[in-house]
Amino acid sequence: MEAFDVDTTSMKNRIGERRKDFPILQRQMNGKPLVFLDSAASSQKPDVVTSAIKSYYDKTHANVHRGVYQLSQEATDAFEKSRATIQSFINAKHSHEVIFVRGCTEGINLVASSYGDAFIREGDEVIITTLEHHSNIVPWQMVCEKKGANLKVVHVDEAGEIDLDDYKSKLSSKVKMVAVNHISNTLGTINPVKQMIDMAHELDIPVLVDGAQATPHMKIDVQALDADFYVFSGHKMYGPTGIGVLYGKEHWLNKMPPYHGGGEMIKTVTFEKTTYNELPFKFEAGTPNIADSIGLAAAVDYIGEIGLDVISEHENDLLNYGTDLLSSIEGMRFIGTAKAKAGVISFLVGDIHPYDIGTLLDKQGIAVRTGHHCTQPLMDHYGIPGTVRASFGLYNNMEDLDRLYEALTRAVNILS
Amino acid sequence: MSDINKKQDELIEEFKFFDDWMDKYEYIIEMGKTLPLIGEQYKTEDYIIKGCQSRVWLHADMKGEHVHFTADSDAIITKGIIALLIRVLSGEKASDIAKADLYFIDKIGLKEHLSPTRSNGLLSMLKQMKMYGLVADSKGLVDG
Ligand SMILES: Cc1ncc(COP(=O)(O)O)c(C=O)c1O
Repeated sequence: MEAFDVDTTSMKNRIGERRKDFPILQRQMNGKPLVFLDSAASSQKPDVVTSAIKSYYDKTHANVHRGVYQLSQEATDAFEKSRATIQSFINAKHSHEVIFVRGCTEGINLVASSYGDAFIREGDEVIITTLEHHSNIVPWQMVCEKKGANLKVVHVDEAGEIDLDDYKSKLSSKVKMVAVNHISNTLGTINPVKQMIDMAHELDIPVLVDGAQATPHMKIDVQALDADFYVFSGHKMYGPTGIGVLYGKEHWLNKMPPYHGGGEMIKTVTFEKTTYNELPFKFEAGTPNIADSIGLAAAVDYIGEIGLDVISEHENDLLNYGTDLLSSIEGMRFIGTAKAKAGVISFLVGDIHPYDIGTLLDKQGIAVRTGHHCTQPLMDHYGIPGTVRASFGLYNNMEDLDRLYEALTRAVNILS
Repeated sequence: MSDINKKQDELIEEFKFFDDWMDKYEYIIEMGKTLPLIGEQYKTEDYIIKGCQSRVWLHADMKGEHVHFTADSDAIITKGIIALLIRVLSGEKASDIAKADLYFIDKIGLKEHLSPTRSNGLLSMLKQMKMYGLVADSKGLVDG
């Protein structure tokens, strides 16, 4: 027991050294060392990720799944090894339940379209919540419009927590899908998805979890969650842009029609009839993003080496430290004060416009995001135009937050 | 034309004094306070230029062949930059406004605020200002 404690402490101390794995953090912005606090939008990349991509192109690249020659076989092996890496990362039962997509957005669109085609009818309902990202709203609106189904939105309270009573009252036999965010990108709320999945399953309703913000922050076990679909983006978890994952339970994926038609996804094609390939290829039309899948697997290995428990503890420390520090600024108003929160601090100061704060922070080398963070309905819920959002990655440290505090104090002085 | 350029050169001179970005922005914010504010009756959906980040309202008045602008924004840095644009363009001839090359923006380091991806309403506002100039000029809207 004691040995374990010592071990995590030393790991925790060593996480500070990981910053140097990210070359971009050496940059200067407007003459000041960059403090990068926008990882919720996209994280930076450690050199093991970029070098894995380069090495793939330098040594292994050929098109996958169709070559008789050795190089193509090696590329195919590398690509399928990435799939296996992802499978174990999320503890999927089968590797063919891991579908490579461009990102979270494409994954949700795939499910909304294919599942929607097969299972959503006129008068049916789809449940989402107020704190969804636009990519977990619009695809469902589109399918509802197409099918004459209705979108039901579960309320969120002032703290930014999903109202489970409201959720419960909206669940019925008319509901054909629940789509919910695992961690809110705007508020940082960690939502009770396990509980929500269990509640939906009592009525045999499948659940899609938008895990864009969760995979870089906490260990995901899709079997323990019993999620029917789980989607995430590589670029938010230290991996490349343009690659992401849709996990789907085999029995659902088998019952869904293909999303895109083309090469790779077929078994036989004649002009009369085409038969489709098996999972996962049925949903991977065309040449896949081989190189970035390998980059993503490198990111998964990198995270695994540090340990997601260590990362989330570190980000929690930053969250607590940062929240304390910023709360001493006069007029500070935190947006999103849920009990369970990930490394996101969204705020406003007095009636200063977020754009003004963001601009003056940028001039002092601090990169934060301002605006509605692709969650306009959530901003309407709070009656605000947007927020300033500082979000953390494993490479951030207390000093970054000190710099944020100093820069913010200066900005607020000028702006108020 | 030369009037517009003269005013631009003046601004470039004024901004030469600042080597710190924060000082520069403090000055821009100060300038925002001199902005000829749009009448409340025009602060409506008809006159709004929506950016994703901040919102801008713009109104144009013709006096003879000259165009006078009033404006406002919900963000004070945006407001300050509008004040600079208005200082340069307002009161000038419609034809000159339509043709104006606003090199001062780049020279004083504010180009980023007028980038299409910034989405603060400023770029659309500038296009709108030039459009007023163009329309007024082509219609020969001269009432004086
Ligand atoms: C919660 C959430 N869902 C979905 C997305 C969309 O991800 P992507 O743009 O990578 O498809 C994001 C990204 O901002 C997000 O934060």
